[in-house]
Amino acid sequence: MSLLQLQNVSKSFGETAIIRDVSLSIAQGEKHAIIGPNGAGKSTLFNLISGRYGVSSGNILFKGNPIHNLKPFEIARMGLARSFQVTNIFPLLSVFENIRCGLLWSMDYRYSFWNLVSRQKALNARTEAVLEEIGLHDRRNFPAGELAYAEQRALELGIAIASGAEMILLDEPVAGMSHSEAKNAVALIRKVTEGKTLVMVEHDMSIVFDVADRITVLVYGEVIASDVPAKIRGNPRVQEAYLGEVVTGDGVEATHA
Amino acid sequence: MIEVLIFATLNGLVTGLLLFMLASGLTLIFSMMGVLNFAHASFYMLGAYFAYSISLYTGFWPALIIAPILVGLVGALVERYGLRRVHKSGHVAELIFTFGLAFLIEEAVQFFWGRSTMNYRSPDILNFPLFTLFGQNFPAYKAFMIFISVSIFIGLYYVLTRTRIGIIIQAAITHPNTVANLGHNVPFIFMAVFGAGSGLAGLAGVIAGPVLTTFPGMAVVLGSIVFVIVVIGGLGSLGGALVASLLIGLLQSYAIASNLGMPDLLNLLGVSFASDHPLNDIWRLTLPQIAPILPFLLLVLVLIFRPSGLFGKRES
Amino acid sequence: MLRKSIVWIVFAIVLLVLPQIFTSIFSISIFTQMTIAIVFALSYNMLLGQGGMLSFGHAVYFGLGGFLAVHALMMIENEEMMFSVTLIPLVGGLFGLIAALFIGSFSTHKAGTVFAMISLGMGELIAASSLILVSFFGGEAGVSGDRTYGPPFFGYDFAQGIEVYYLAAAWMFVATLCMYLFTQTPAGRMANAVRDNPERAEFIGYSARRVRFISFAMAGFFAGIAGGLFAVNYEILTEENLNAASSGRVLLMAYIGGLGFFIGPIVGAIVLTLINSLLSNYTTLWMLYLGILFVLTVMFLPRGLTGFLMMHRVPWHLGKLRLLAVPYTLTSMPGAVFLLGLVAMIEMSHASGSEFVYLGIALNPDGYGSWAFLLAVTGVAFYVLRLTLPRLRDAWSEANTITRKPDHAAKESGGQS
Repeated sequence: MSLLQLQNVSKSFGETAIIRDVSLSIAQGEKHAIIGPNGAGKSTLFNLISGRYGVSSGNILFKGNPIHNLKPFEIARMGLARSFQVTNIFPLLSVFENIRCGLLWSMDYRYSFWNLVSRQKALNARTEAVLEEIGLHDRRNFPAGELAYAEQRALELGIAIASGAEMILLDEPVAGMSHSEAKNAVALIRKVTEGKTLVMVEHDMSIVFDVADRITVLVYGEVIASDVPAKIRGNPRVQEAYLGEVVTGDGVEATHA
Repeated sequence: MIEVLIFATLNGLVTGLLLFMLASGLTLIFSMMGVLNFAHASFYMLGAYFAYSISLYTGFWPALIIAPILVGLVGALVERYGLRRVHKSGHVAELIFTFGLAFLIEEAVQFFWGRSTMNYRSPDILNFPLFTLFGQNFPAYKAFMIFISVSIFIGLYYVLTRTRIGIIIQAAITHPNTVANLGHNVPFIFMAVFGAGSGLAGLAGVIAGPVLTTFPGMAVVLGSIVFVIVVIGGLGSLGGALVASLLIGLLQSYAIASNLGMPDLLNLLGVSFASDHPLNDIWRLTLPQIAPILPFLLLVLVLIFRPSGLFGKRES
Repeated sequence: MLRKSIVWIVFAIVLLVLPQIFTSIFSISIFTQMTIAIVFALSYNMLLGQGGMLSFGHAVYFGLGGFLAVHALMMIENEEMMFSVTLIPLVGGLFGLIAALFIGSFSTHKAGTVFAMISLGMGELIAASSLILVSFFGGEAGVSGDRTYGPPFFGYDFAQGIEVYYLAAAWMFVATLCMYLFTQTPAGRMANAVRDNPERAEFIGYSARRVRFISFAMAGFFAGIAGGLFAVNYEILTEENLNAASSGRVLLMAYIGGLGFFIGPIVGAIVLTLINSLLSNYTTLWMLYLGILFVLTVMFLPRGLTGFLMMHRVPWHLGKLRLLAVPYTLTSMPGAVFLLGLVAMIEMSHASGSEFVYLGIALNPDGYGSWAFLLAVTGVAFYVLRLTLPRLRDAWSEANTITRKPDHAAKESGGQS
């Protein structure tokens, strides 16, 4: 059964159509990557799914329920979490607080003003566990805004996965990281999305082919292919879309360097 | 009836155009720097006081020129040494800074000129009725105010659309970084715009001082109304500011001139209440009474139903 | 946990003992004003400091709470209702809450400029309406009541200032504790998160609007309590208590004290009450000084007085605070002379008559000699002040640097030179 379904989704900003008639189905437990050249609409697609923008037409179903008219927080409560391409954290709160805030709703604290967070053993233990997972334990008391870039990316990921959402959307999780940082981040992503459904936008083909069970190629707002990695690699339309670039397992190599 | 309408319209026009002189500067400053300048009306007050003091020595006409320039200089200094410093702490800090500045200017005015009303009068040469209609005089000075405001509006329009500096300003409003990359000195443009906006407010003060009286509370009286106008008109929209200025000016003028009120409405509906009814105050309300709160009512309604203002393109 | 409890116990003891040390009626009246200001300023901080909502109309909730509290006092007086005066602040709080629930339902949609403008508009609207709706607000004269009619509370009828102080202090203690605890609840923590990044908060399941609404309602409630305390203390409320100037004053308090810290507004409330009641005895120009203080704070201490004190945490943890003692002394001496000289000139320009005694020195406002003397003193002090600044700056950066092991440091400085 598919966990997330996009049915003929389109999105225009004024005259400009960014997403054109995209249909997509992502199964429970799948690791799905969305690739495509810059400006293909990958981030817009994420923003549509997560409720940041409304769709111009079409339906989005999550667990069989339409979510394209819901607000971001309503979608998040259904168990769909996301991270952002541009780091989007709570800069003045401590690292610990950032993660704990990510946990509050999923642990059913809602808007309560009668519980003291410091007294909630399960909440704090879970926060510690997430901090341990993302490797920011020794940074727990730093204001998040003062972390190094790679640490902020890890925190970004941590906030997204803290709630234990069934489906996680990651928007270029390793963008701007050094090779070794990216390697650690991928290992981390693997670990924390174990048994979850993952949708990821990523430019680094080695990571995409390493992590993904299925790949969707988006070009100019249209899906030109959606298949298992082996078939995507051999797809001539994909090759063409990457303008002479040869898609290999090790990454994209430009032939006209 | 018709004479009431005509004079209310003329008075509303005078007020509206005066408000626009303030609102235009405030709008320009906001569009360029993202700062809603709380102290804008304080520069208007400074204009009136400067002009009063200068006119004691030189008479009205030189003061009309010198006072706005002085106010503009004060504004430029405030931008250069105050606002620019606060800028790095964010927009809220900037807003709070201008708020503090408004407070400080009011106190400073009381320090230098005292608490009482200044005897600042319109020049004798304009002290005659321009025309008399239905036995009511329309003073020449008010016509002069309309003339100055309209000239400023035309001048501003010309500068912004036809001159090089105006085009740079328009570009800097939307793309400050690009303009800086083209080699224009954006901080200097900011300072100049802030100074010019303040000078414009000062000019409004110079011409309004004799009519609306020059006293330490004059900034507070107009300050929040001007704020209301730029928000209603749509932050950053000059056209919106013009429409909203005239709207508020006319609305208040008509409300004050009319004799209508709840009693008339109740009579019309054939309803009456005992004079000891708990809501008696409401049943006796008249339009002139609620004239001062109309702008704020309008502001709240606009913000609830159309947060970007009547002509605004962007929110906050 | 224990350390925090001790802070609260010390706080309570200070509140209890204070009027036993400073027993004059004047000082007790100042303490009462302080307690009211503290509750009000803390409630304001729930908006701006904790929730990121810049309000220019917070006095509305203070004032409305206060007005209803006075009406409750009148009802007790007329025997239409029988309850203890000790509960009056709660009446104010509940009315503040109701007003905030109503206004917050549409004003908390956005933070930032839109929120600030709605708060300004509502503030002006209600202040202007209060002059029109005479039967509730009493017009220009306001409404007044008498706090001594209610049933005595353990034999106290609150005729004495000290009794009112203890009532206000008790309410302030409870309110402060509640506001502190609120910051430690899920709603309170999310208020900070929404302040920092409303968008991200939506993606972790929270409606930024709802979070703001809760903070807003709470702030209205506690502002109403402060208004109720004001009503009990002064027994009169006028339009001045809910107008824009009042709203500005609470912004001033919270900002000068320091927005980012829970105790910031407490510091601000204490300092401003002192300035208000002490300075106004010495000079008619105290508002001018307050304006200067505010503008300088925004420019140079964006985190307020508390922020300035907190800047010393790093040197303190490094054990280097004593490095600052001498430079601070050296800078503050000419600094004090400079300030006093400046104030002397400001005051002298407003002195009436030919005699002006300042700090025991007789000066002549009409004579050039006195002006030249003050100018010279102030000028020299300014010059000396500037000379001491580099040393202070060096000491500050030294006090904030982690000292490395000698060989390490030598290597690094060698590498740099």
